[in-house]
Amino acid sequence: MTAEGTPPAGGEDATTPVPDRTVGGSWRTLGRALAPRATKAQLAVGLLAVLLGFALVVQVQQNRDEGLATLRQDELVRILDEVTQRGEELESEVATLRAQRAELVTGTDTELAAREAAQERARVQGILAGRLPAVGPGVHITLGVTERPIPPLTLYNVLEELRNAGAEAVQVNDVRLTASSYFVEGPERVVLADGRTIEPPYRWRAIGDPSTMASALQIPGGAMAQVRGVGGTTTVTEMEEVEVTATREPVTPQFATPVPPPEG
Amino acid sequence: MIAILGLLVGAILGLLLEPEVPGALQPYLPIAVVAALDALFGGLRALLDGTFDDRVFIVSFLSNVVIAAVIVFLGDQLGVGTQLSTAVVVVLGIRIFSNAAAIRRHLFRA
Repeated sequence: MTAEGTPPAGGEDATTPVPDRTVGGSWRTLGRALAPRATKAQLAVGLLAVLLGFALVVQVQQNRDEGLATLRQDELVRILDEVTQRGEELESEVATLRAQRAELVTGTDTELAAREAAQERARVQGILAGRLPAVGPGVHITLGVTERPIPPLTLYNVLEELRNAGAEAVQVNDVRLTASSYFVEGPERVVLADGRTIEPPYRWRAIGDPSTMASALQIPGGAMAQVRGVGGTTTVTEMEEVEVTATREPVTPQFATPVPPPEG
Repeated sequence: MIAILGLLVGAILGLLLEPEVPGALQPYLPIAVVAALDALFGGLRALLDGTFDDRVFIVSFLSNVVIAAVIVFLGDQLGVGTQLSTAVVVVLGIRIFSNAAAIRRHLFRA
């Protein structure tokens, strides 16, 4: 197919020399061939070379420009298959992720509701246990001392009367009174409430129904009557808004644990 | 000289014209180019061997290109086009290398 090994067709072109088998001879042959001569054969060779250069550049450019256009049918089919398969994989992934997202959204809703319920419970129990400050309608009570101190039992009766009348948060001076509160007589007839000294006059603040608490305190033979009986002065004021600001941290139960809920 | 000039002129023409290769020719052009390169190297070797002949070169150049294209076309029809064009490129590559080696031995004795 090539000129290699082909015997020279003599007589056509006299430029083909007798082979010179030395290095210098080879270079000379090359030099002679490079010298331009305007023969028909040289023209034809030049034309073919133009064609080759042209085709080379065109192909290189084509190869650089085109992506899929130069590929064969079976290659295109294979690529299409791959793309389709990849698309299906991605679609199933989308479905999985959608399901996961829906699950998470539902989970978040449930969790949110649970958290809100827990917060509401914490608020209610915080007020009842004296952990949180509270505000609402109620009464102010001031118990003044004239000559004799008011015994702790009488003060305790006031607290009990308030509880009976539905007081939800009670504070005396700066001590928050809760379910475990007590009054005792300390040394030198000082009154202790929950272990803290309180000095007269005793300023009570109670949140609850003002009229119920006021009338409960004022009934004949009730708490106020007892205070007056030991020589104290009493003032009961119904208020639109009473602030119970004192708080106390509930003690973690040491012995009692909740009864586990019944099975089933 | 005329061959090198021709290559340059062709390359410049290709760069300037930026022609679109027709879709039917697209699989065959690269193979044809490789076949033409093989013919070019063969011609150079024949020149150094002292057996160069213009007519033989022209005929071998054209027939190389046509046969390479026909082989690939046949392969495409048989459904083995990709493999056959690989085979043609491999064979022509080997020939280009052996021709280049012969040219090198002529010019450098190495």
